[in-house]
Amino acid sequence: MTRPVPFPSPVSEPFWEACRRHELVVQECERCANLQFYPRATCTSCASTELAWRSVSGRAVLHTFTIARRATHRRLVDQVPYVIAVVELDEGPRLTSTVVDADVDRLRIGQRLRVDFEHVEGESIPVFRLDAEA
Amino acid sequence: MADASRRPAVVGLAELAPARDTGAETELSLAARIGVAALADAGVRLSDVDGLLTHPMETLGRLVPSTLAEFMGLQLSYGDSVDLGGATSVGMLWRAAAAIESGMCSVCLCITAVPRTAGPAQQRGGPTRNATDRSPYREHEVPYGNVAATEGYAMVAMRYEHEYGDTARQRAKIAVQQRQNAALHPKAFFRDVPLTVDEVMASEVITDPLRKLDSVMPAGGAAAVVVARADVARGLAQRPVPILGAGEAISHKTITYAPNLTDTVIRRSAERAFASAGIGPAQVGLASLYDCYTSTVLLTLEDAGFCTKGGAAEFVDAHDLTWQGDFPLNTQGGQLSFGQADVAGGMSHVTEAVLQLQGRAGDRQVRDLEFAFVHGNGGIMSEQTSAVLGRGEGL
Repeated sequence: MTRPVPFPSPVSEPFWEACRRHELVVQECERCANLQFYPRATCTSCASTELAWRSVSGRAVLHTFTIARRATHRRLVDQVPYVIAVVELDEGPRLTSTVVDADVDRLRIGQRLRVDFEHVEGESIPVFRLDAEA
Repeated sequence: MADASRRPAVVGLAELAPARDTGAETELSLAARIGVAALADAGVRLSDVDGLLTHPMETLGRLVPSTLAEFMGLQLSYGDSVDLGGATSVGMLWRAAAAIESGMCSVCLCITAVPRTAGPAQQRGGPTRNATDRSPYREHEVPYGNVAATEGYAMVAMRYEHEYGDTARQRAKIAVQQRQNAALHPKAFFRDVPLTVDEVMASEVITDPLRKLDSVMPAGGAAAVVVARADVARGLAQRPVPILGAGEAISHKTITYAPNLTDTVIRRSAERAFASAGIGPAQVGLASLYDCYTSTVLLTLEDAGFCTKGGAAEFVDAHDLTWQGDFPLNTQGGQLSFGQADVAGGMSHVTEAVLQLQGRAGDRQVRDLEFAFVHGNGGIMSEQTSAVLGRGEGL
């Protein structure tokens, strides 16, 4: 499996480090309890710089998606057609991801998802699968 | 805005026909050429210009205003580079107007220029192309292929369909009627190519639910306008088109992090433009709305206040959107039919509104036009800029 590889920054490294352990984490503001994704230097709700990491369930709902019928990145050429999705975690924050191992033409907004992790060149990237138990 | 004698107005313009290949010319020379053409149209001398707005240029890097000023022979009291993607051009109008009203300059040249060389479809290279890109976009979007505009807009369109149930045929009508407008614009890329709803429907799905003919065709080109204070503008070559009001809103870069995917900050931008102009959507005789995709027009019609939330598809069904219809929309053909010359593409919505308000729109002239609403949209519904332009007084 190839994919463009993320380059962690000092701010996001704990997120990617958790992914390598197959754990999904988001930032939690220690002042206002806001949860946010992606990792940032400050709280987008109250501007606090005191941010902790919180593990989330990995359960989510498909907020919207598209099916790429043409690749716009050379590393994804072999995966066409592939899904690009906005996923809403049960805990609230949204993230961009993909839905893997699904019949792309039967995918629907509102479907339940669970996180999984895909290994790419030393990194581990959160992807989502349809939740069979939902 | 300020009293009428000092009110900033668009006094001249120039535009190249969008082309798939603009030749070997650099951004800088294209910018200079279109800039002096706009000055000639306005009847303004090079030495009268004291303000310059331009945009980031790939082949120049930083310090674009001073580079272009030196290249053109301008002596400036105000210069800046506007970095708002597709919203840049309308954003320039407000900046030029504000700079003039605050006394920073009195004649501001606004230039957009983006050459293009035809070649095989470009695929973004990611890590090898730019290993120094430390943006959140590179880190959290690119690994999933959320790379180009079409993917983000498709996700918005998919969510919109889910919430409001528009159909692909309703969207297609926008592309078809704008094509009818383009047939009467000598510079429109697709002026000689008629289009039907069935042809839009038969075109390839690129990113569900958007088809090829829901989407703009990338081109190269250039466009410029001259904005000047009314008392300076008197006696010039064209009828001044006053900038009556403007607004702007920015909330996110990647659509995933927008507060709401289908209820956009266009609302804030448009409300402010209408409020400062002292008119409402019902008084607008020409809607010149950024149309990178047909679906973008639906959201803009709603959030700018031309119809109710969720009512845009029905609104499109109910109206004739051509230049002679009851709701003239994008009479240059929109970028969908005029061609999208990158940042300069957004300027075509400005130049068309100005030409229409000056009575210079030829065979597609909208009759008895008093007010035009112009909207710019950058990124993935990221940057929003609005302006209300008026007919102004005759020379």
